[in-house]
Amino acid sequence: MPLKLEIVTPEARVFPAKDAEGRLESGSVDSVVLPGVDGELGVLPSHAPLVTTLQCGELRIAQGSKVIELAVGEGLVEVTGSYVRILTDMAVHSDSIDEKAVEEALERAKHVLESLKHGEQQEEVAAVMASIQRSTAQLHVKRKRRTV
Amino acid sequence: MPSTRDIRRRIKSVKNTAQITKAMQLVAAAKMKKAQDQAANGRHYAEMMNKILVALKESAEEGVHPYFSEGKGDKTLVLVIATDKGLCGALNTNLLKKLVNDSIEGEVEYVTIGRKASQGLARLRKTLIADFPIKDPAKFVEVRSVGKFLQDKFLTGEYKSVLVAFNNFINTVTQVPSVEQILPVNPVTLGGKRGFDESSKESKAEDLPQYTFEPAASVVFETILPQYVNGTIYQMILEARASEHSSRMVAMKNATDNAKQMLKDLSLEYNKLRQAAITNELLEITTAKMALE
Repeated sequence: MPLKLEIVTPEARVFPAKDAEGRLESGSVDSVVLPGVDGELGVLPSHAPLVTTLQCGELRIAQGSKVIELAVGEGLVEVTGSYVRILTDMAVHSDSIDEKAVEEALERAKHVLESLKHGEQQEEVAAVMASIQRSTAQLHVKRKRRTV
Repeated sequence: MPSTRDIRRRIKSVKNTAQITKAMQLVAAAKMKKAQDQAANGRHYAEMMNKILVALKESAEEGVHPYFSEGKGDKTLVLVIATDKGLCGALNTNLLKKLVNDSIEGEVEYVTIGRKASQGLARLRKTLIADFPIKDPAKFVEVRSVGKFLQDKFLTGEYKSVLVAFNNFINTVTQVPSVEQILPVNPVTLGGKRGFDESSKESKAEDLPQYTFEPAASVVFETILPQYVNGTIYQMILEARASEHSSRMVAMKNATDNAKQMLKDLSLEYNKLRQAAITNELLEITTAKMALE
């Protein structure tokens, strides 16, 4: 029994991707490894129903002989026997990560964080921290790929 | 009967109005495209989140999270999302009419987004407890403060439920004013179609899997539910903004068309008058000449 995967962010549906004619590609995958609260979590077909939160980090999808890597943000994961639904605020394919741009974003965010600390606006600090985590996750995925 | 000069003056002013409405139409059209895309992109995420949480609500034990059950109080909190600017057809009027006609039971307090909402509710003499300015295009950070305010209010227990009134975007010419319940968690309709239709709900209730929660149900809900509330409100604002720009575009297009029609009628009348004057003059000249002979 194949496993159906769906990854959705507020901006778009990241997986299954649309092909050139705008049709949805099949979302069947062999397994998914995702960053959970207590470390990595592997999901194979017929996994027990599970609801958990997603952490910033690296998500690996095995589809036939292909391995797709994505950098993901925080979110929600719902697993039933045949379905994995991932709702997250960020999901970027490792190929489309622009290392330079992410590094710059990280620099900027760190800068903002320093200037904010004196004021202690909790809401903003949390938002900046989240963006730092997202950038770090992207860099991690990108760099790991290159050394292999 | 108006003189040719009066008509000329009117033609000039109508032309000016047409020019302005045309410009506004073009601006609205550009903004509309962006707002519609934004609303369409986010809809799937919000719908799916809603679907999952409604399913979880049914399988979760009583009292696992306050957002799953009604508050103790009997007041209702309503967030009204309207526009800041006017000239967008009957959009705001329809929304307020819907609120009045729906007549929510018990005491109702209002929170507003958009100047037209606070003005309209003040005119209706409703209790207004807060007003949030949200820029265009809406930023998620701004929405978070609205979400936090609503959640804090709900957690005090004074309110039975929190509703949101906004214009649901269906297509460029159709926007439906709707009132949806956001707290406690409930199926919501976004962009015209209900993400969670009744038939699938029934079939799902039977073979609902017993979910395991990691690390624990309360922890998962504690992180997810605030995100859900903020995300859904954000999506509703996007729908409202898409409706606003579409409605304004259509209203301005109608205004431009009407002005053009008026110009046509006025020019016809002007030319008729002018020709009548010329004919009259010719008549006078020929009569005068004939009298001389």
